[in-house]
Amino acid sequence: MSLPLYDGGLAAGLLCGILFGYVLEGAGFGSPTKLTAQFELSDWSVFKVMFTAVIVAAFGLWLAQALGVLRPGGVFVPTLFFWATLGGGLLIGAGFALGGYCPGTSAVGLASGRGDALVFILGMVAGTVVFAALYPLLAGLVTAAAGPQGQTLSALLGLPDWLVIALLALVAAGGWRLGSRLERRLGGPVTAEQALAAEAGTPPPRPAARPHRPFAA
Amino acid sequence: MSDASRSFRPAPFWHPLVAGVALGLTLLLTFLVTGHGLGASGFFTRLAAAVSAWLAPGWTAANAYFGGFVAGGADPLPSWITWEAVGVVIGGLGGSLAARRFRPMVEAGPQGRGGGHGSGYGGASLGGRLAAAFAGGALVGFGGRLSLGCTSGLGLSGGATLAVAGFVFLIGFFLAGFAVSLILRKVRS
Repeated sequence: MSLPLYDGGLAAGLLCGILFGYVLEGAGFGSPTKLTAQFELSDWSVFKVMFTAVIVAAFGLWLAQALGVLRPGGVFVPTLFFWATLGGGLLIGAGFALGGYCPGTSAVGLASGRGDALVFILGMVAGTVVFAALYPLLAGLVTAAAGPQGQTLSALLGLPDWLVIALLALVAAGGWRLGSRLERRLGGPVTAEQALAAEAGTPPPRPAARPHRPFAA
Repeated sequence: MSDASRSFRPAPFWHPLVAGVALGLTLLLTFLVTGHGLGASGFFTRLAAAVSAWLAPGWTAANAYFGGFVAGGADPLPSWITWEAVGVVIGGLGGSLAARRFRPMVEAGPQGRGGGHGSGYGGASLGGRLAAAFAGGALVGFGGRLSLGCTSGLGLSGGATLAVAGFVFLIGFFLAGFAVSLILRKVRS
């Protein structure tokens, strides 16, 4: 019952952040070319990495609680504000498809040298200031249609946590198989070489580097 | 291939299963140490409040959203999420340098698809790419404040706690991402 430690200090932040940034970069998520190929269905890394991470962490939290080392209800669970949560998800999905990053991956893009990530970050700062300026008009929307505080899928469905995690793993496995099949059909996931060659302001690299597909347009 | 040319080639990205398990363990560690998950938009909110306070201190202090961050002349930046964001940059820099994937450039990203699938990546105009990056960033900055979190804070960390909010966010995120990507490709072709 001694966990979480509730350590919000500098060393904890740096440690978690360094691991987070190192893993995101390794996954290829500093590249907007790779990130947005998810939405063209030719690279399913975003889906695969995110869902694997969600399931691994969810299982770990469940296990730590089952073993009695994690206090039940000890970790923060965000509350649903239906319209704001959905609307924010839609805006972030749209901005990601257009701009090539989300907030965390833009920091990794900047760290791996991407100038477009810096411009994306300037855009985020501007968008945040606009939100703050309009906040008096938006305050009602932000908290409208609130769900129960910190509601989980298990509480909503009346199922035990382990079963919800198992069902999520089944959905993820199905999505993984479908994604791998589409990746093979559409030329394969974006490689590190392709990401580094995709420089704006230069002619596109010759498609010869990609697999031979006689029926491609 | 000679050893010299091999040493300049980037290391491949990790297998998604390896990256996913590593990210899941990082997220689990974060929960066990801090009691909450990983985030990112929270830092950019504090950064925006700091920039706003620097450019327009009076307006920022009086603003209903930013005011709390700068109350009594406080600096909005010192916070766990800021140390985490600094860590993300250090980790991303170290990882990209070690794997020879660090390269100062403007990457074409979603603007680099000439004629749809199979046509290769890259080839966007510099101005077009930067304009799209700024506009996309603005949508993400605004959206992250509306939903009180982003892909990391709500999607990843909320999802790991099985929060309904995390999955509602992810449904919106993927729906809009697919739709806007489809529209962008239709407009271009």
